[in-house]
Amino acid sequence: MELSTLAALNEERQARRAAVLVSDLSAGTQRLVKQAAIAGDPLADVLERQLRSGKSGMVEAGDRSYFLTVQAPHPRVVVTGAVHISQAMAPMARALDLDLVVIDPRTAFATPERFPDVTLLAEWPEETIGRIGLDAYTAFVALTHDPKIDDPGLVAALRSDCFYIGALGSRKTHGRRLERLTEAGFEASATSRIHAPIGLDIGAVSPAEIALAILAEIVATLRGPRRKPA
Amino acid sequence: MISTETDILRAAEDWARAGRGVAIATVVETWGSAPRPAGSHLVIDGAGNFLGSVSGGCVEGAVVAEAADVIADGKARLLEFGVADEAAWQVGLSCGGRIKVYVEKVN
Repeated sequence: MELSTLAALNEERQARRAAVLVSDLSAGTQRLVKQAAIAGDPLADVLERQLRSGKSGMVEAGDRSYFLTVQAPHPRVVVTGAVHISQAMAPMARALDLDLVVIDPRTAFATPERFPDVTLLAEWPEETIGRIGLDAYTAFVALTHDPKIDDPGLVAALRSDCFYIGALGSRKTHGRRLERLTEAGFEASATSRIHAPIGLDIGAVSPAEIALAILAEIVATLRGPRRKPA
Repeated sequence: MISTETDILRAAEDWARAGRGVAIATVVETWGSAPRPAGSHLVIDGAGNFLGSVSGGCVEGAVVAEAADVIADGKARLLEFGVADEAAWQVGLSCGGRIKVYVEKVN
């Protein structure tokens, strides 16, 4: 592999853009096809199919076979609430290769001391999410318990095609949340996308255990389609 | 953190820029219960340092040894590993799967 190709691959991943590396293993040649160039590529159909599958693999095209290294955008977790649970979540997300973004307009909570090495935005969710966007590789998690902060995030998430939406709170709290979202015009088919109570049911008690339960549920949603039925 | 594909390919780039000989090994095909999916990487430098994995640790040693030749002569190689006999225990997959690994030099 040329160093320039490797560098371009790393750069696309960093920028959350999809790319496919096409390797002709018998000829020893390679080329990187960036997201924007896929539609116009001679192998467009094959590349698009492989990118949708999210998996790297061998393909036949014409009379040649190629190995396609699929690089989909990095899964990202966007959280409202610079709270104890999101603090516990930060090192776990890093270990899982999930990019974590924490949004909280309360500057007493959103401090770099509490969130070292995390993308921390002390802003209101509606403005932040409008800017960063929620794509199909993003999970949204509402953790503040405060409707003023969580609800605008949930509304943005429900309008997006993010792959996971979760909201912290008791069944009673979630019931009231559903009432507000229904009043805001969301159908039950939309609000049912929200995982609540949030997280896999592992009997989590501490903030770290709750963070684990939430991240496990996110991974299960992300990777679920890969699992074979028992 | 050296546990993710991101870090592994970033490390490969950093090593190459630092002037180290670098090879990238990629799982290109799997059959049966292979431990790592196609697209998984192992990166190796000329001194035999490596990051990442192409199996559960079963064949990494053999891939690292082949990588030294790839770094030396610049020729890519396609390796195949399976478990067939007692000897395979040394460089095979105890899980019973088979994998093909492509090893190439970073130029």
